[in-house]
Amino acid sequence: MTGISPAVVAASKLGLTFQTNDGPVQALSNVDLTIGKGEFVSFIGPSGCGKTTLLRVIADLEKPTSGTISVNGMTPEQAREKRAYGYVFQAAALFPWRTIERNVGLPLEIMGLSRAEQAERIKRTLDLVNLSGFEKKYPWQLSGGMQQRASIARALAFDADLLLMDEPFGALDEIVRDHLNEQLLELWGRTNKTICFVTHSIPEAVYLSTRIVVMSPRPGRVSDIIESTLPKERPLDIRETPEFLAIAARVRDGLRAGHSYDD
Amino acid sequence: MDSFRDKLIPVTSIVAGMVVLWYVMAVILNAPFQRDLDTRANETPGTVEFIGKTLAQPKPTLPAPHQVAVNFFENTFLRPITSSRSLVYNAWVTLSSTLLGFAFGTALGIIIAVGIVHVATLDRSLMPWIIASQTIPILAVAPMIIVVLAAIGITGLIPKAMISTYLSFFPVTVGMVKGLRSPEIMHLDLMHTYNASPSQTFWKLRVPASVPFLFTSMKVAVAASLVGAIVGELPTGAVAGIGAKLLAGAYYSQSIDIWSALVAGSIVAALLVMVVGIAGRLVDRAMGGRPA
Repeated sequence: MTGISPAVVAASKLGLTFQTNDGPVQALSNVDLTIGKGEFVSFIGPSGCGKTTLLRVIADLEKPTSGTISVNGMTPEQAREKRAYGYVFQAAALFPWRTIERNVGLPLEIMGLSRAEQAERIKRTLDLVNLSGFEKKYPWQLSGGMQQRASIARALAFDADLLLMDEPFGALDEIVRDHLNEQLLELWGRTNKTICFVTHSIPEAVYLSTRIVVMSPRPGRVSDIIESTLPKERPLDIRETPEFLAIAARVRDGLRAGHSYDD
Repeated sequence: MDSFRDKLIPVTSIVAGMVVLWYVMAVILNAPFQRDLDTRANETPGTVEFIGKTLAQPKPTLPAPHQVAVNFFENTFLRPITSSRSLVYNAWVTLSSTLLGFAFGTALGIIIAVGIVHVATLDRSLMPWIIASQTIPILAVAPMIIVVLAAIGITGLIPKAMISTYLSFFPVTVGMVKGLRSPEIMHLDLMHTYNASPSQTFWKLRVPASVPFLFTSMKVAVAASLVGAIVGELPTGAVAGIGAKLLAGAYYSQSIDIWSALVAGSIVAALLVMVVGIAGRLVDRAMGGRPA
C-alpha cells in the first residue's frame, strides 16, 4: 500500500478458479481494482462475468486462488472477523421466524450488544430505510421491496463502513426499484459509506455510481472502468439528460466489447 | 371450515363403503361356522334369519361392526375405569408407556441428529447403523429387550417404553437431520458474514429452521411409539394394556374383544397424532408462521 489513506478495497492480479466436475472454471482473472472511501462502485456485466464472485471474495465468502486483495488494509478474513462490511443478498434472506426488528437485531445479538444498544440501533436503522412502524411484523407480512429494505437495514445496523450489495433489487419490479434506488442514494449521501453494488441494469449502475466497473465473462475480468461525471445530487429525471445517456452508452459499448454473443 | 365440508362427503362415503364391505365380509366369513351349527341343530333357517345369525355369533371369525361398537361402548363407558376390563384403563396403561417412550425417542432422535449434522465421522459411521436398526423386526427384538431388562431387575413401564423409544427415535433422527440441514446457503452465508460462532449459527438458524421438520417427524414417531408399546405388551404377558387385551382376546378367541381393543388403539393413535399436530401448529403460529 503506497497511498496515504489506505483504500477500502484493493485487489491486485486477483484470480479465482473453481474446480468443478467439468474441469477448472476461471471465475476471475487478473482483476486490478482500488476502491476509495465513500465511493459508490457498481459492477456490471453479463451472467458468469464474476461480478458476484468478486463481491463474495471481498466478503470472504470465497477464497481467491491467485493475486492479493485487502479490505480496509486487512485480509478479507480479518475484515470479516472485525465485521467491516454489511452484505445484502439478491433475496432479502430474512429469517421467517423473526419479526422485522429481531431480523435487524440479528447481527447485533451475534455481536453481543446490550439490549438497550440493540433497541436504539434497530430504531435508528429502521428509520433510515423508512420502515418505522413495521417492527413487529413478520417478513411475509411485508412486500418484496419492504423486505429488501429491511435486509438493507440489517446490513446497516452494526455501522460497518462498507456495504456490499449483490443485485439487491434484481427481483423487484421497476417502479419499486426506482424508488429504492433513490432511497439508497439518499442513504449513501447521508452516511458516507462505501458501497459496492452488483447489478445487471445499465440505468441502475449509471444512476447510482461514482464509478462503474464493466466486467466480461470467460474468464471473468474487468474490461472497463468508467468514472461518472454526474453530480452527487441525482433526481430520478437525471436519467433523461444527455450526460447520463452518454455514460450509459459507454457502459453499453464496454459490455459489447467484452462479450461476444456468438456462443 | 370450507375444507372441513369439502372433506366431509368423500370421507363419509369411504367410511360407509367400508362398513358395507365389512358387513358383507362378516356374513361370508361367519357363514361356514353358522351352517355347521345349523346342521348339528337340525335347523334350516331362511336367508334373512341365517344372515342375522352370522352377525350375532358370540365368537365370530369376523365380528360385525355393530358387535364391535356395542362391545367398545360397554368397555369404555359402562365400566369403572379402574376395572381391568375397561378400555379406558387399558388404553391409559399403554398410553403412559407410549408417552414415556416417545419422550425418550424424541430426545434421543434429536441428540443423534445434532451429532450427525455436526460431526462428519458420525454422519458416515452412524447413519447406516440407524437405518439397519429399523430393518430388524421389532417383534424379534421386543422379547429380548424385556427378558434382558427383567434379568437386571428392570420391569414394568421402562422396558415397554424402551421399545417405543427404539421405534420412535428413527423418524425424529431422519427428520431432524434434514431440518438442521435445511437452512438456505444464503442464510448460512449471512451468518458467516457476521462472523457468527458455530453455536450461534446452531441456535439462531439451524434450530428454528428445523422446527417444522421436528413436528412432522414427531407425528410419525408418536404413532410408532404406540405400536412399540402395544408390541411391548405382547411378550411380557402383561396384565394390562391394549396389547394385553389383544393377547387375551386371542387366547380365548374373543374376537369381538380383539376388535374393540384395536378400535381403542386406533383412537388413541389418532388422538396422539392430532395433539402433536395441534402443538406443531401452535408453535408455528408463535414463530410467525403464515396462517394457512
